[in-house]
Amino acid sequence: MLKDVTFGQYYPVQSFVHRMDPRLKIVFLIAFIAAIFLAKNFYGLAACAFVFLLALAFSGVPVRKVLRSVKGILFILLFTTILNALFYNGETVYWSWWIIRITKEGLIFTAFLLVRLFLLVMCSSLLTYTTTPVALTDGIESLLTPLKWIRFPVHELALIMSIALRFIPILMDETERIMNAQKARGADFETGGLAKRVRAIVPILIPLLLSAFRCADELGDAMEARCYMGSKNRTKYKKLRFGWRDLIGFLLIAALVTGVVLMGIYLGAVI
Amino acid sequence: MKAIEFKNVSFSYGSGTFALKNIDFAVEEGEFVAVLGHNGSGKSTLARLSNGLLEADGGEVCVFGLPVSERKNLFEIRKNVGIVFQNPDNQMVASIVEDDIAFGAENIGVPREEIGERISFALGAVGMEEYRHATPTRLSGGQKQRIAIAGVLAIRPKVMILDESTAMLDPRGRREVMQVVSRLNKEEGMTVVLITHFMEEALMADRAVVMNRGAIVMEGAPAEIFERHEELETYNLALPRIGYICNRLREGGMAVEDTLDVNKLAEEIAQCVSKRNI
Repeated sequence: MLKDVTFGQYYPVQSFVHRMDPRLKIVFLIAFIAAIFLAKNFYGLAACAFVFLLALAFSGVPVRKVLRSVKGILFILLFTTILNALFYNGETVYWSWWIIRITKEGLIFTAFLLVRLFLLVMCSSLLTYTTTPVALTDGIESLLTPLKWIRFPVHELALIMSIALRFIPILMDETERIMNAQKARGADFETGGLAKRVRAIVPILIPLLLSAFRCADELGDAMEARCYMGSKNRTKYKKLRFGWRDLIGFLLIAALVTGVVLMGIYLGAVI
Repeated sequence: MKAIEFKNVSFSYGSGTFALKNIDFAVEEGEFVAVLGHNGSGKSTLARLSNGLLEADGGEVCVFGLPVSERKNLFEIRKNVGIVFQNPDNQMVASIVEDDIAFGAENIGVPREEIGERISFALGAVGMEEYRHATPTRLSGGQKQRIAIAGVLAIRPKVMILDESTAMLDPRGRREVMQVVSRLNKEEGMTVVLITHFMEEALMADRAVVMNRGAIVMEGAPAEIFERHEELETYNLALPRIGYICNRLREGGMAVEDTLDVNKLAEEIAQCVSKRNI
């Protein structure tokens, strides 16, 4: 069950998208998300979807891996879809009963929302699939560098993030182990009311917390033993460099954003 | 020169009982020392005192003549003394093998071009070249621990302390790690302090030290120590079964050498038997 949460898991192959500069990939993701929300008609959305599929094709990441990332928010998707489809205040009413009104505008809006959310989640997970957590934090660190001027601990923040990412799978395994141990002793996590279920989580949470502290303690020792003294006098092995792939990516994203905006203006907005 | 020297060192975790009590202990440069002891004997404390992760309450710890108690020496000392810990997962900082190995080298300010060379060297030394871009979570315990060793090697220390580094591994992983460690000592001249409760690992060492309740209770060549197996048992350390067989054979007048390799023992027995023309 816990293995399904794939967010933050790197898919180790060497592809076009993998080799792009992490800083730009982050910027591209932000630009892409902006484009998704700037899209005012289905042409715009289609353009976004096209760019996403292009990125996916050149990422070497299996489609099912990316689709799996949507599973985590399936409930939210379903919930918003139903709410919007049933209660959106539109004009062209297809069917209504009591407070429920299914309208043309409502259905369009729902479809838009669905595509947007799908693209948003899949594209974000594509970033984490194609970028190592270290590269990602390097990218964030580099993008945040201006904050060093106001003495913001950028390096430390980046390190904390990368360690957090590193320990997610380990703590997941640990959670599963603890759960199995409790199940073996007759614990029941699946049945009963909310209060009972919440109470059943406590015996997982406490050992998990303890184990997380132990991990942190040991990791701290290991880091210190490997001469970690903070960002002072530290060198960096991986230097970020822009390449021709980044230029192509940049042109593509720039074209997408302008295209989406222009389509919104000239092809009419449906939303 | 003495790589590590403990002079009358005591340490307590603050609960009143001493984790280490008046320890005198030294490791020569290039030596391979095994520190044996049951749980709670103070052997891990010994490791942590050796590079300033813990500070002695009494006495003095020196690394290549530098006292650990002085904070300004710490960086230099940690560059020279690397520790590989017990849990392979909890000592990796990065999610990619090469980034993790780079971590230590980055910390000591090695220029970027040289870090690449050091990674190649370290991976080569542990025989894991093809895993440079792998993620640690997909590796076996023995492989992870070899990566942890590579992470320490990238700092180019003169001393490597293995603090129960094989305790969480399966027999195969243990063998992998021990091969690497033994090779580092023999071929690269690395000083090795192997802390363990697996007696068979101590056989590879030049010298073995047995600890019990915070004190050093036995010291000598591993073979010598294994001969005193009744005494070992009082410290909750048991010889592996094959060790007993060697001992009993010798007691019975068959001059076999201490070994934990079944085939080697069989050969030796065969030799002894043929010499006597039975």
